[in-house]
Amino acid sequence: MKEQISIRDAMASDLDAVITLDQWAPMEEKPTYWSEVFDHYVRRNKTDRFFLVAESGNIVVGFIIGEVRAWEFGSPPCGWVFALAVSPESRQLGIGQKMFEEISKRLKQTGVTTVRTMVDRDDKLTLSFFRSLGLCTGKYLELEKQID
Amino acid sequence: MKLNKASLFALIAVLELAGDTAKQLSTTDIAQKHGISAHHLAKIMRNLTHAGLVQAVRGAGGGYRFSGNVRRTTLLDVIQLFETLESELDIPHWGSDGDPIIVELQSITSEIDNLTKAVLDTITLATALKNTRIRAELMTNSA
Repeated sequence: MKEQISIRDAMASDLDAVITLDQWAPMEEKPTYWSEVFDHYVRRNKTDRFFLVAESGNIVVGFIIGEVRAWEFGSPPCGWVFALAVSPESRQLGIGQKMFEEISKRLKQTGVTTVRTMVDRDDKLTLSFFRSLGLCTGKYLELEKQID
Repeated sequence: MKLNKASLFALIAVLELAGDTAKQLSTTDIAQKHGISAHHLAKIMRNLTHAGLVQAVRGAGGGYRFSGNVRRTTLLDVIQLFETLESELDIPHWGSDGDPIIVELQSITSEIDNLTKAVLDTITLATALKNTRIRAELMTNSA
């Protein structure tokens, strides 16, 4: 029988599990990076920052982080989801969707009506995932250049 | 961006059939429902069959049914059976590396192409169908 998935606020004791799930940050930089993220999004207990984890049988199998950002680039307050991960063994179970729906609910409770994220255009899997949840290209374009 | 007719008709047919994988529809059924040419669609269905996206069902009540994977097949997968989506600059010295204006225009069209592909290659048939159902509900509710 499948374990029940529950979504809860991250706790300081989840740090190691989150570091294990993170596939993006370089290994040597993970402890410092995640320690700072936990300080900012877990320990400070702000009402417009959300760090949630998905748990299956007391094991953390996913996490999502988001916050309300206001007036960046002239944008009215909106929710940003800037990190999401699900363990490879726990994919295709709807965990990412559950976490996204929960963080969207929390963001909405703060008063925002839009949620945004940013994805590498070559990351077809993640882009398809967000598309399946109804996200589409927004009104802002990300621009960049190499600085000589 | 303008899709060619073959791509557009293929998307319509695939989405129509993928909406109910048990459903069998003839080319005429699909063409009539969406107001497109049955003759043109017949050729397209052969390509889609060859690509494994639809299956021809023979006999009385036959037609086509969807045989692909709605969660894995993207809109770009369907479109690329019929066109490449690469922008072409209709200029006499196409490919000339020595003309900075042409190189700049190539760079711009390439940027547009990449964005177009990033959109079309991440919308699966399942996602397009889900959005279609939501639209249908909204249209019904507002009618």
